[in-house]
Amino acid sequence: MTPRYNFAFLDEDTKRMLRRALLKAVAIPGYQVPFGSREMPLPYGWGTGGIQVTAALLGPDDVLKVIDQGADDTTNAVNIRRFFSRVAGIATTERTADATLIQTRHRIPETSLREDQILVFQVPEPEPLRTLEPREAETRTLHALADYGLMHVKLYEDIAQYGRIATSYDYPVLVDGRFLTSPSPIPKFDNPKLDRSPALMLFGAGREKRLYAIPPYTRVESLAFDDHPFELQSWEHHCALCGSNDSYLDEVVVDDSGTRMFVCSDTDYCSGHRPEARA
Amino acid sequence: MYVAVKGGEQAIARSLELLAEARRGDKAVPELELAQIREQLRLGVARVMQEGSLYDEELAALAIRQAAGDMLEAIFLLRAYRTTLPRFGYTRPLDTAAMRVRRRVSGTFKDIPGGQVLGPTYDYTQRLLEFDTAPIPTTQPADTALPASMPRVLDLLDAEALIERIDPGSDPEPVDLTREPLMFPANRATRLQNLARGDEGFLLGMAYSTQRGYAENHPFAGEIRMGEVDVVICPDELGFPIEIGSITLTECQMINQFHGGNGTPPQFTRGYGLSMGEGERKAMSMALVDRALRCDELAEANQAPAQSQEFVLSHSDSVEASGFVQHLKLPHYVDFQAELSLLRTLAVQHTADADEQPLSVTTGAQA
Repeated sequence: MTPRYNFAFLDEDTKRMLRRALLKAVAIPGYQVPFGSREMPLPYGWGTGGIQVTAALLGPDDVLKVIDQGADDTTNAVNIRRFFSRVAGIATTERTADATLIQTRHRIPETSLREDQILVFQVPEPEPLRTLEPREAETRTLHALADYGLMHVKLYEDIAQYGRIATSYDYPVLVDGRFLTSPSPIPKFDNPKLDRSPALMLFGAGREKRLYAIPPYTRVESLAFDDHPFELQSWEHHCALCGSNDSYLDEVVVDDSGTRMFVCSDTDYCSGHRPEARA
Repeated sequence: MYVAVKGGEQAIARSLELLAEARRGDKAVPELELAQIREQLRLGVARVMQEGSLYDEELAALAIRQAAGDMLEAIFLLRAYRTTLPRFGYTRPLDTAAMRVRRRVSGTFKDIPGGQVLGPTYDYTQRLLEFDTAPIPTTQPADTALPASMPRVLDLLDAEALIERIDPGSDPEPVDLTREPLMFPANRATRLQNLARGDEGFLLGMAYSTQRGYAENHPFAGEIRMGEVDVVICPDELGFPIEIGSITLTECQMINQFHGGNGTPPQFTRGYGLSMGEGERKAMSMALVDRALRCDELAEANQAPAQSQEFVLSHSDSVEASGFVQHLKLPHYVDFQAELSLLRTLAVQHTADADEQPLSVTTGAQA
């Protein structure tokens, strides 16, 4: 632990501000709560929102898992885990089942989460309408009126042009039938895991200074049309390491001639499903 | 074996060692002392303090050394330290009219009470590289000392009611942007705070665009002054003001044309810039952008980038911009995989649809 900083880096007043904002977020599922995002010692866009949420929630008994692209040992995940070991001295784990708090970028673990776990998402752009309407004053009004025509038209135009909805990640969802919400850039493969999840899901956008939440067991629908239902990605391959055919696979180029190998993006899930682990 | 995502921890540790070594450079060359940076790179120190929002020359010098001279990295380091500091209180508003001026120029009047004072400026240096270390000249004190305080040039116009009056009492209590999120529309105090922390290069470009026809507002440099200003606090337990020190500031007041509108007669209007230390380029840029951002209040057409609050204020901060641009080097395997499989699906479909009309998919054949 680094003694010159408070437990988990942030001062207690800041943590209280964050917790109050998080309570508001939980009370209004999917609503983006503006908060006094602090400048953090990691760069914006690298997880400052998630780090602040994690810092506000961590207690000395928590066990923290940090993943990026589903993996515990990608450099940014390592760095954030190292940061919290340094400033909070808490226990860390790579096992989904052992963690009380999981901070993630771009994935939801394959292993089902429980009621006593919290998943914290790093969010680059909390506003699902931003690419359709750049003005914040305008998008806040659209949310207030629940006017999501822009997004429906965008999806419709996808179908008109490509024959299908051409959004493969950060696929917009409607939370509790009310707020259009960005699930963060997780692949749409992960969207069903948001629906009625037993675990609390918190989203932190540090640079954009917004927090939002999906409370446990909240209804989360991925937008779709009656004649174009929501579809999941699927692979013809199995994971080359564990043989799984129901997890999200990363494609890895393994040699100069472009040979591909498909492996689980979730490293913990993968190692738990290898033949030696099952034996 | 599959190694692409393994070994992050070790790689980071090795990278930190390489960084420390590269930062130090040739060990035969003595390490820079903070006092050298503070004294001999004072303009760099000023910029780091200004955009780092922390007036501390020693810490700014430390940040510059740790960042190997990368100003944006040094600003980031200082910000990340500042964020942990408690607030003991707030100062009284600084009185720049009482500045002990070391430099003061006006582009609007040939002579002004108190005079034009060049002070230490690069303006007339001719920018020839000084290959030989010239002996440092000893400065001669002026025959007559500068007055203890100089009237502001804009106050002279104000006496004639030719320039807009701004009632200091009508200013709302400013929000602290490092404690509260920026919300739109933002009032002028909030905008100025954002610009004060904003990247000098970004503001310079924005200011330049207003001179080239994107939100033209005919500016004149009414006054630029640099010098020392006392910092005064009034602790609750004392009930009377005490001076806790002085800081160097650069202030720029632009005078801009205004043809009248929104119930206001034709008069000159103001653009304001303020920077810690000697930061003239920053203060002038800030003043031009401040004026451009007042377009709604003055009922001017709002059509140029420099007039758009959301555009300027959301993109001015170098720590935010640098972080987000550079986050692209983080892994995006998962999203890229998602796009890859979508593109493959679309490509297969495209081949299958090759003979059909582009909009045939809406007929239901694809559903």
